[in-house]
Amino acid sequence: MHKEAAIREPLILGHKTFNDITEDVCKPIEDKAPKTWYILFGIALIIGIYGVGCILYLLGTGVGVWGLNKTIGWAWDITNFVWWVGIGHAGTLISAVLLLFRLKWRMAINRSAEAMTIFAVFMAGMFPLIHMGRLWVGYWVMPLPNHFGSLWVNFNSPLLWDVFAISTYLSVSLVFWYIGLIPDFATIRDRAKKPISKKMYGILSFGWSGRAKHWNRFELISLVLAGLATPLVFSVHSIVSFDFATSVIPGWHTTIFPPYFVAGAVFSGFAMVQTLMLVMRKAMNLEAYIHTRHVEYMNIVIMVTGSIVGTAYITELFVSWYSGVEYEAYAFINRATGPYWWAYASMMTCNVISPQLMWFKKLRRSLIFTFIISIVVNIGMWFERYVIIVTSIHRDYLPSSWSMHYPSHIDIGVYVGTIGLFFVFFLLFARYFPVLPIAEVKSILKSSGESYKNAPDTHAAPVVEKKKEVKAKAKTKLADGEVSEKRTALMSVLGTESEGKKDNLKAISGVGPVLEGKLNEIGIVTYLQVSKMTKKEYNLLDELTGASKGRAERDDWAGQVKELMNKSNNQ
Amino acid sequence: MEFKIANKAKRLTRALILIGVAFTGIGIALTWEDHNFSQRFMANGLINSFFFFSIGLGALFFLALAYATETGWYAAIKKVVEAVTGFIPYGIGFMVLILLVLTLTDGGHIYTWMDPEVVAHDKIIEAKSFYLNKGFFWIRTVVYLGVYYMFWKGFKRRSIEEDRIGGTEIHFTNYKKGALFLVYFSVFSSTSSWDWLMSIDVHWFSTLFGWYTFAGVWCSAMVVLVILTLYLKKLGYLPKVNDSHIHDLGKWTFATSFLWSYLWFSQYMLIWYANIGEEVVYYMMRIENFKFLYFGMFIVNFAFPMLLLMSREAKRHAGILTIVGVIILSSHWVDVYIMVSAGAMGATASIGFMEIGMAILMAGIFIKVILANLAKGPLTPVNHPFLDESIHHEI
Repeated sequence: MHKEAAIREPLILGHKTFNDITEDVCKPIEDKAPKTWYILFGIALIIGIYGVGCILYLLGTGVGVWGLNKTIGWAWDITNFVWWVGIGHAGTLISAVLLLFRLKWRMAINRSAEAMTIFAVFMAGMFPLIHMGRLWVGYWVMPLPNHFGSLWVNFNSPLLWDVFAISTYLSVSLVFWYIGLIPDFATIRDRAKKPISKKMYGILSFGWSGRAKHWNRFELISLVLAGLATPLVFSVHSIVSFDFATSVIPGWHTTIFPPYFVAGAVFSGFAMVQTLMLVMRKAMNLEAYIHTRHVEYMNIVIMVTGSIVGTAYITELFVSWYSGVEYEAYAFINRATGPYWWAYASMMTCNVISPQLMWFKKLRRSLIFTFIISIVVNIGMWFERYVIIVTSIHRDYLPSSWSMHYPSHIDIGVYVGTIGLFFVFFLLFARYFPVLPIAEVKSILKSSGESYKNAPDTHAAPVVEKKKEVKAKAKTKLADGEVSEKRTALMSVLGTESEGKKDNLKAISGVGPVLEGKLNEIGIVTYLQVSKMTKKEYNLLDELTGASKGRAERDDWAGQVKELMNKSNNQ
Repeated sequence: MEFKIANKAKRLTRALILIGVAFTGIGIALTWEDHNFSQRFMANGLINSFFFFSIGLGALFFLALAYATETGWYAAIKKVVEAVTGFIPYGIGFMVLILLVLTLTDGGHIYTWMDPEVVAHDKIIEAKSFYLNKGFFWIRTVVYLGVYYMFWKGFKRRSIEEDRIGGTEIHFTNYKKGALFLVYFSVFSSTSSWDWLMSIDVHWFSTLFGWYTFAGVWCSAMVVLVILTLYLKKLGYLPKVNDSHIHDLGKWTFATSFLWSYLWFSQYMLIWYANIGEEVVYYMMRIENFKFLYFGMFIVNFAFPMLLLMSREAKRHAGILTIVGVIILSSHWVDVYIMVSAGAMGATASIGFMEIGMAILMAGIFIKVILANLAKGPLTPVNHPFLDESIHHEI
């Protein structure tokens, strides 16, 4: 069995059991979506539709509606493309490269990071298609015989290599992601009560039965796909960098581009994962699986890749001087001190300075700080592409054609629209798909779960036995008379309160919307009532709600609400 | 189990050193009269000092990386890694010696920018003289070597202390120092390769050069670690090291070979594709004078590990690993040889008695130092916090 040293922090906090993992992951899918989900989805959808409108307008009118001119033939379009492709690197890096490194913490984030990857690549893929102007002949980018189109594709062009690299990457990521989902879909199928969802998840799970043979094949294919995906992580952004580096434009042509683009892509991808994960873990009560240590690990990745990117910036800057080539040097002087100095300064601040703050343990373990930095990094990485693309071409060899780029509202609309669409996809994913790989997370529970790890004998597994007892009890349903008896016993201690005085019980860690409903049903509505609870009341409550035994007591609800009450009093 | 240098190994190192000295002697005698004798001799000094020093350095990088990432599996071979880093002080000695000789001979026609005659007639070099001048070069060299030495010393001291005291405090110190080393190394690995190697082709520049050189260094170090581990295993040492450890080392060899090939290709392809005069000259010269060796070295370093180490079984097979390892190692030596010789001597460079002799001589010294280092302490760390993880390592 896999051994984990005592000094490593546990990856699953609290006293989770195998059943808890299934429950925690399936709950958001099986429950009704909270109101906030509908609000967010609505906002994302409106923005996405606006973006689609802008794209349709562009296709109808022509690419002239972008703010491009004859000197600056590439600007926001390619910036956005590279930005999205870059973001789409984290998922496969996490699931393939970190798999090869056997980093177990990846399991908490790989599913959603991969989903994010796929949606980001969708968004990225749109830009070259729109950029063609005539979308209906989009198949011209594929090498088809002449009678299909009017020209044979240019195999010498890195833009064509991009088509292959990105479509390969997308296919492999998609398959990899989907294969991982199959056993989890089957879990949801087996739990589903409504016939429609049972049918839907049944189709999605490809008839998975959980037989040893299935698992055997599953593991085999996962390994093969991980092997295939690893070179793809490197190839995609290397080839994107070739779009620029194979040219002779000073500022674009430099040999460090391929590895430095890859590092930058991982950098921005992880930042996006952080942004999404920090919200998701809170909204879906997954704090036990994605906790501070995970955030810290990701911050370290951000810090390292950010430093690699920073080293590359400085290297480029130095070599532009060292080369003794006038044009090369000018391209960089113009970047830093020319009319686009503000873009360069933003890039340097966001990408080089801000990740260095992660050297402080306090900061990299702070969730709010991480959230801010994750957004800052993505702003910086957008500026990086903008700086590379626009500042290198806006002053070309003929001073008479020097120009500036001003984005049109269509430029902005398309870009913002893709962000909206991305969130539409991601929110749908979070609502209907298991956001944690259930089977994989279970595989580390015994070696890395907190209660197992801290137990004197790892194999004794005291929690599991407890759980069985509870289950047995829960099955013998309480008779109606017993319920009312227990309820009276409980409420006599806590005291009754009117519904009007209702407190937000969800603020207690361990209480979600469902449990809150149950509590309200029993008659527990205020903090004051909860604060009176002792061991006896906890037990009564557990029996009434059928929740996992001893949970409320361990989480110390009474203590928690006392703090909440103090807080509200102070305000 | 304490390691004792086998008589066979003693004989081997002695033989290598003797053959090396003899070949070098023959080489010197044969080329004594040549107009480029001193240049060739010094170029060889630079090639071998750098190559073998960099293997020690690569091992130090790997050690620091393992500390900083809190790697568990390698604990069982930690002492092997440390033994390879043991060449660092000797490597530093050789580096200082050859650089000193080169400086005193005004670059010895290798570092042409050290020659005031050349600089006076060359505007491009003159423009770089703020960076490329003897004083600043030595300040940088001393800083690189000094920092590497200090870190090496610190890691070594703490490793011995950990065996004695145990606890986790030393582990966390190593964690911090490992990360700090990586910071220094990320800068120094690039700048030092510009200073020591890229400045030989003084007009040429490539932003990727530093990372490319580093990838080669890392790969060579991994190969040496595999071979050394297999050797010790074969003699019955390292009982805690199982197939999975060997497999992991094999994977590292595979991965770093790919990394090196990827960077070689990136640099080559971009320069070839853009075809800008001041950049392609570097490859033109190499292709013209070293066509077979240059592409041969790339093909070997790329194809051999890819084809032969792809399968899981191969990465656990001592014979395949050793053969592939030796081939990779020698072609990385060729890489360094071309980096230095092509720039320093161009068409007049060739591999003869002197090249082979000096490489064998250095290899002999290298092996001798490493084995002596192994014999100094226990072969398995005593109190490493991840030792248990490593012993139970199974993939």
